[in-house]
Amino acid sequence: MIWLTWRQFRAQTIVTAAFLAALAVTLLVTGLSLAHLYDSSGLATCHGPGSCGPLASSFINQVKGGLSEKVFYAGIYIVYAAPAIIGMFWGAPLIAREIEAGTFRLAWNQSVSRSRWVAVKLGLIGLAAMVTAELLALMTSWWASPVYQAAAAARSDSLSIARIAPPLFGAQGIAPIGYAAFAFTLGVTAGLLIRRTIPAMAVTLAGFALVPFAWPSWVRPHLISPLRESMPFSTARLDEVMIGAGNQMIVGDTASKPGAWILTNQAVKPDGQPFTGPPTQACLDRGVQACNAAIGRLHLRQVITYQPASRFWAFQWYETAIFLVLAVALAAFCAWWIRRRRLT
Amino acid sequence: MTAVLESTGLSKRYGRRQALTDCTLSIPSGHVTGLVGPNGAGKTTLLNLAVGLLQPTSGKIEVLGGHPASTSEQLARVGFVAQDTPTYAGLSVADHLKLGAHMNPGWDTELAERRITQLGLDPSQKAGKMSGGQRAQLALTLAIAKRPELLILDEPIASLDPLARREFLQVLMEATAEQELSVVMSSHLVSDLERACDYLIVLVASRVRLAGEVDELLASHWQLTGPRCDPAALPGDWQVISASHTDRQSTLLVRTSSPVADPTWAADHIGLEDLVLAYMSQSAPQRAEAAKPSMEARQ
Repeated sequence: MIWLTWRQFRAQTIVTAAFLAALAVTLLVTGLSLAHLYDSSGLATCHGPGSCGPLASSFINQVKGGLSEKVFYAGIYIVYAAPAIIGMFWGAPLIAREIEAGTFRLAWNQSVSRSRWVAVKLGLIGLAAMVTAELLALMTSWWASPVYQAAAAARSDSLSIARIAPPLFGAQGIAPIGYAAFAFTLGVTAGLLIRRTIPAMAVTLAGFALVPFAWPSWVRPHLISPLRESMPFSTARLDEVMIGAGNQMIVGDTASKPGAWILTNQAVKPDGQPFTGPPTQACLDRGVQACNAAIGRLHLRQVITYQPASRFWAFQWYETAIFLVLAVALAAFCAWWIRRRRLT
Repeated sequence: MTAVLESTGLSKRYGRRQALTDCTLSIPSGHVTGLVGPNGAGKTTLLNLAVGLLQPTSGKIEVLGGHPASTSEQLARVGFVAQDTPTYAGLSVADHLKLGAHMNPGWDTELAERRITQLGLDPSQKAGKMSGGQRAQLALTLAIAKRPELLILDEPIASLDPLARREFLQVLMEATAEQELSVVMSSHLVSDLERACDYLIVLVASRVRLAGEVDELLASHWQLTGPRCDPAALPGDWQVISASHTDRQSTLLVRTSSPVADPTWAADHIGLEDLVLAYMSQSAPQRAEAAKPSMEARQ
């Protein structure tokens, strides 16, 4: 059974290995020059935000706009795309193609039980999916590590590179293992239920594409209760002043939490209600300074909820565990379906 | 003698369609059994139940005394060539043999390779590039080389040209002789099975119409021609399968264990094909005229 699984999966293995090798070479070449840039920036030997901040800014500015920035984002896209591609091209055809070609009737009449057939296929290729996704995450994270180190050294609001916030979070650590396992089993399940490869691939893509959008918005922020912090509203950190129709006015301060994932950031009135207006007269017909002074006299407070950078690994473990549990549930469903239901 | 396939009240329903109804059979071992019936009669359903690809709606089926596909040991004892003889299009002949070797503890490498050589198949050729006949031979080789006690074939030759049919049956007959295999094979063409089978089951409209050893069936059925008669006046041990009457003359197909002694009847033996056709048309008399041509047509 292991031999058959390997033989049927050989072409995909070769293509994937070639892609990983080509990517590794590309990342190695560009990554070494980025590492060299980091070494020569003085960031490795600086101490404290005072001296590191300007060095980091200058380093990040050198990265921005060049080839390195493109590689940085391309790396993130690849890590996000890999599970979807794995689900479509490894997962969806795995059983659907056997059904389409009728070959499951050949496979299931060898002296190997159906349970073992499905367990070996899902186990081995699922493992390959997880290893591939994690290799991609490790390679691109290694490449990007100088950028993250510079951001950490700067501890500055202006360099808002937060590894715990989307989209960076899902492209690092161990979370890609969970995504790959889930996308793969999602593809297998779609193929088993739809019984045709191409529609199953489309459903897998559509189903998994929801994850990077829906999950960080609705589920991930609540896995651990966010921290809440309230501080006097400072016009020195004023980030936005918007005056809209219907007597509305919105003001906002920069959230001073370097490296954190800011979930909400609101200006509230002394009674605790969100400030939505009415606009101060000074902001309507006088200059910026008078407007700022008038905002200051409102005695607003800035309330932020956030996930601190220190929770990065806690979130990684939660996320990986949840998606692995989902993957195991889908795999168990497939095994049950194949044991109990007819495919002919 | 033990039964290779034994079923009691076996039924299978797909939604509202009854594919197999109350099938009670006992096929003794050591036979090449032909399962004949028109398309849609339930042949594939019965065979898929026998290899565990389907679960019965009601009733029981045992194959070689075990529950179909329940364990890997049971799977090893039954070889199956599915309808349209599926093979992996992207895998070569040699790959298929490796597949068989890796997935069957009783695999006979020497036998498999000898058959491939005899058939003149190129081991490096991909199954997807082979002809239907070659694919069928490859599927048969896989099923034979796992050294089963029972070989089940679902319309293995339906899609083959006459030459490939003959070759396929020849290979099958050699294997059964060499390996003391029991075989159950289905076909909608009686003529295909006539040479090969010594046990026959006729399945029509989801029900078993006839089952028994070919020799006994042929010996106990008579084509009788005589003066027009009253069906009620016929001897009690005559089972009339079909009857046609003209003004003066009656032609009957009867089943009886005792010889026909009455000199008013001219008694003839009947060929297997006519016998099967008589049983098939029995279920639908209005289709009697059309039965023969439609039997030959591949749908």
